[in-house]
Amino acid sequence: MTTPLLVALGGFFGAVARYAVSRWAARRSPRFPLGTLIVNLLGSFLLGWLAGSGAADATKLLVGTGFMGAFTTFSTLKWESVQMMQQRQWTKAIAYLAATYLLGGCLAWIGYHVGR
Amino acid sequence: MVYLAVGIAGMIGALVRYGLGLVVPAAHGFPFATLVINWTGSFSLSWLTVVFTRRPAWPPWLKTAVTTGFVGSYTTFSTLSVECVELLEHRQWGAAAVYIAASLFGGLFAAWAGCAAAHLKRKEEMA
Repeated sequence: MTTPLLVALGGFFGAVARYAVSRWAARRSPRFPLGTLIVNLLGSFLLGWLAGSGAADATKLLVGTGFMGAFTTFSTLKWESVQMMQQRQWTKAIAYLAATYLLGGCLAWIGYHVGR
Repeated sequence: MVYLAVGIAGMIGALVRYGLGLVVPAAHGFPFATLVINWTGSFSLSWLTVVFTRRPAWPPWLKTAVTTGFVGSYTTFSTLSVECVELLEHRQWGAAAVYIAASLFGGLFAAWAGCAAAHLKRKEEMA
């Protein structure tokens, strides 16, 4: 019973934090989705850390599945990329996707080994 | 108000993702659940965003809660990154490559298909 509760609680704050970051970033970077990039890179690093650290199951559900899962997003990344492609901003789309995947993967790996 | 709506919708999104993760089995250590979640979420977000732009009367907080809150929370990028790292740590190079390619290109296709489906529906309504 407590398991879904932990995921729900983490999910609530993860979504609110992502929305706050995206609002903040939209004012500073109107032409590039800086907010999505920040949450995805930061979230990848922190979840990597959590996965490597061998935290307790309750912590993994609250912070990992709940908070980090909701804080990071995949659908917004894809929607923004498709928007760029439809506006023929190919360089921007490729740079955005490459930055997210390459840096996200590297940061998750670094976090994973920092946590161990 | 918007923050509360986004939070509640995000809570539901996280629960649905967690539930699907329990239901969809990870065959041979391959993270099918995350892939299914991210594909369906990408399709849904594009579809909803296009549909919502044609509904100016609907309250903006509700639209933000459904798209940013629910779908944004339902899909996840951090899990994808960490699952890739874990596949690489276990030297499952092939599985990692397939997973990254399926997420990258499959996700883009799903987002594009969501837009296309919304536009198709629009054309039918106008015809």
